[in-house]
Amino acid sequence: MTHHEAEHKEPRYGMVWVGLLVLTLVELWVAQCGMPKIGIVISLCALALVKAGMVAAYFMHLKFEKYALILIVLSPLLLSAILYVGLMPDSTTHTHWLPPQP
Amino acid sequence: MSHAAVMNHADRYETGLTPGWGKLMMWLFLCSDAMSFAGLLAAYGAVRIFGTEWPVPAHVLDVPLTALNTFILICSSVSMVWGLSAIKRGSQRGLVIWLLMTMLGGSIFLGIQAYEWTHLLTHETHPLSIQSSLFGATFFILTGFHGCHVFSGVVYLGCIAFRAARGGYTRENNSSVEIVGLYWHFVDLIWILVFTFVYLI
Repeated sequence: MTHHEAEHKEPRYGMVWVGLLVLTLVELWVAQCGMPKIGIVISLCALALVKAGMVAAYFMHLKFEKYALILIVLSPLLLSAILYVGLMPDSTTHTHWLPPQP
Repeated sequence: MSHAAVMNHADRYETGLTPGWGKLMMWLFLCSDAMSFAGLLAAYGAVRIFGTEWPVPAHVLDVPLTALNTFILICSSVSMVWGLSAIKRGSQRGLVIWLLMTMLGGSIFLGIQAYEWTHLLTHETHPLSIQSSLFGATFFILTGFHGCHVFSGVVYLGCIAFRAARGGYTRENNSSVEIVGLYWHFVDLIWILVFTFVYLI
């Protein structure tokens, strides 16, 4: 039946929970700690990705699944990065939307 | 095991070749749903970087309350995983209790979200709405799209809990519980990202 699950010990869900709580508190602190904005943005993105990774790996059991499934699941991450890079020229070009004044 | 037996099992249980169709299909759905959220988040990011007048989220939104809401959703994810753990040990009662706790967590999340929305929409001096500003539009659409996912998740959990209460799941037959768990953890995962990008950054 579920042979795969029988082969490894169940993860310590309580520890993952504590880890997620700690990371949430760290995120709250980083958001208002006063460091340069770019540092805040990079730190928060990294923290969010780590938290999301923990939920995916342990709660969604992805760490113990076949490698092919992990690749399938990571594809939206790559596609989202492409999507955002594709939008960057639009968002950083300061084109005035109002018609030129006479 | 004979080839026929493997084929009969393949639609539900993991074999050497597949993770089980139900699980695989749910993962594929979650990947496409992730791209929907990615589109919304990318549009939000593009508009925000472009916009010259973007309010500081902490000044408009109640970040501590939403942090509590995030914690509640994380707790509901934990209760979901404990429910799955319970049925894998054969405890039907444990499964039902933890599923109900998960639904409770989701409902509390929705309640707090509804309170926050009401407070923002009916603010005396600076009401926020989809029409009031781009900030309002991106905020309500992102949190609203996610809130719809939470609501449908609670309904989905209710269906599974109903079947579980009637003894529908056992130590051997619980892939449906695992699959609803995947959806619920996905909802939590997306909220982790939305909370970070909309409320904190």
